[in-house]
Amino acid sequence: MRRLLPLYVVAFYLFLHLPIAILAVFSFNHSRFTVWEGFSLRWYRAAFEDPQLAEGALNSLIIAVAATAMATAVGTLAAYGLWKRGSPLLAGSLYLSLVTPEIVMGVSLLAFYQWLFRFPGLRLGLHTVILAHVTFSLAYVVVVVLARLRTLDPALEEAAMDLGATEWGAFRTVTLPALAPGIAAAALLAFTISFDDYVITSMVAGVDSETLPMVIYAMARRGANPVLNAISAVIVFGLGALVLVSERLRAR
Amino acid sequence: MKRLRRAFLAPAWAVIGALFLGPLALVGLYSFLTRGAYGGLGQPWTLENYTRLLDPLYGAILVRSFLMAGAATAVCLLLAFPVALWIARAGPRRNLYLQLVIIPFWTSFLVRTYAWMFLLRDTGLFNTALQALGLIDEPLPLLYTPGAVLLGLVYGFLPFMVLPVYAALERIDRNLLEASADLGARPWATLTRIVIPLSAPGIRAGAVLVFIPCLGAYLTPDLLGGGKQIMIGNLIQNQFTTARDWPFGSAVSLALMLAAMALLVLFARRGAKELL
Repeated sequence: MRRLLPLYVVAFYLFLHLPIAILAVFSFNHSRFTVWEGFSLRWYRAAFEDPQLAEGALNSLIIAVAATAMATAVGTLAAYGLWKRGSPLLAGSLYLSLVTPEIVMGVSLLAFYQWLFRFPGLRLGLHTVILAHVTFSLAYVVVVVLARLRTLDPALEEAAMDLGATEWGAFRTVTLPALAPGIAAAALLAFTISFDDYVITSMVAGVDSETLPMVIYAMARRGANPVLNAISAVIVFGLGALVLVSERLRAR
Repeated sequence: MKRLRRAFLAPAWAVIGALFLGPLALVGLYSFLTRGAYGGLGQPWTLENYTRLLDPLYGAILVRSFLMAGAATAVCLLLAFPVALWIARAGPRRNLYLQLVIIPFWTSFLVRTYAWMFLLRDTGLFNTALQALGLIDEPLPLLYTPGAVLLGLVYGFLPFMVLPVYAALERIDRNLLEASADLGARPWATLTRIVIPLSAPGIRAGAVLVFIPCLGAYLTPDLLGGGKQIMIGNLIQNQFTTARDWPFGSAVSLALMLAAMALLVLFARRGAKELL
């Protein structure tokens, strides 16, 4: 038992990480089959030259940056408000949004947008995707920032106010700087989940707002292919680096 | 103070109200309407969308979804518990080991699902290796099977089980374990009679956190099941796109939502309080 457990743990971590590692290794394989034929960057070249992937990546980047900025701002303020005094209704709604199956959130947003479109001039596009992403990443931001706030001493703000700072001044000059690592961690997390989302995005994206996950999904449905391996490796290591930084910031 | 706090909460209320609670309410409303001509929404108000869930055709999808989510939850628990136990006793490097579980979880669910397509397909690593070893002549049909869907769900949501179980195990007072050993209990007895009961809240939370997303899974059954192993999530997507029966799709969505909420309230209410 005592000797078996470490062996099992090693197997567990291999199970978790090996599939991605194998995918990354084979993205450098010259052959399109699962037989090693020598190192090659041809699939990376093909991936970077694919106009659909490029357009999807650009859209995903625009959406993720815009949604992250909004969700981080709104979420940080909300976390601060909840830290001052809890609001079971808002906290409960945020928690519910966290556990709502993605497909349900996707179709309900689609239904809502379609209802709005009775007003002329409105249609699906990047903006509808951005708003959807703000919605599902908000709760993550609140959770991360709130965790950081709970490590702070409320007496610090009181001291600032005793010394003449306004409420807003105490928030801006005392609490906000102390929160910075938590806010940065939350933003990185929001960016990651936004950049990666497929299910909700596919329901609310317009014809001109295909994201990278949507392009990847369409390619994957036609079966595995080496260009997909290359782009997958780029995404995993890119987002992996962001998550690593986010985790480090949270641990600080 | 009150005014500042209200101003700070207002934007979040606006987002959650307009883009989450409002749309959910709209779907709730639609679920009582009738599908009109050309897939539109029409009168009369009806409960028929809900009674249709009992139709054997859809009932089979519900049953399959619950069985699949239940199986994935059970496998996740079996796989995760020993690891959580090991991490809880791993000493100063615990955080590193935890991060090694968390990081792949945050990095692209889509890509991690695709990785299994790459490994399981007819010309994938498993089939190529088995054929090279001469163990099989024809590639085994691994992809687009129920087993592939189960594997994908377990792989996707395993961290949701490790974290709460770890958190519960880490809180157990070590003195209890020593006392148990001092009183003559073998390690196995200590495990089954002390450690597992005391970690029950973590196990419950983990089970709910795995079960809910598995029940509503869309991507995994679609990509790894090849559209042959339809689950609730695929049914909803289909009703809102190809089939254009929004009232029925809404009813399924609401039923899924209610099932998820019931599970949370019954088994993991404390998790909500700890999170927010």
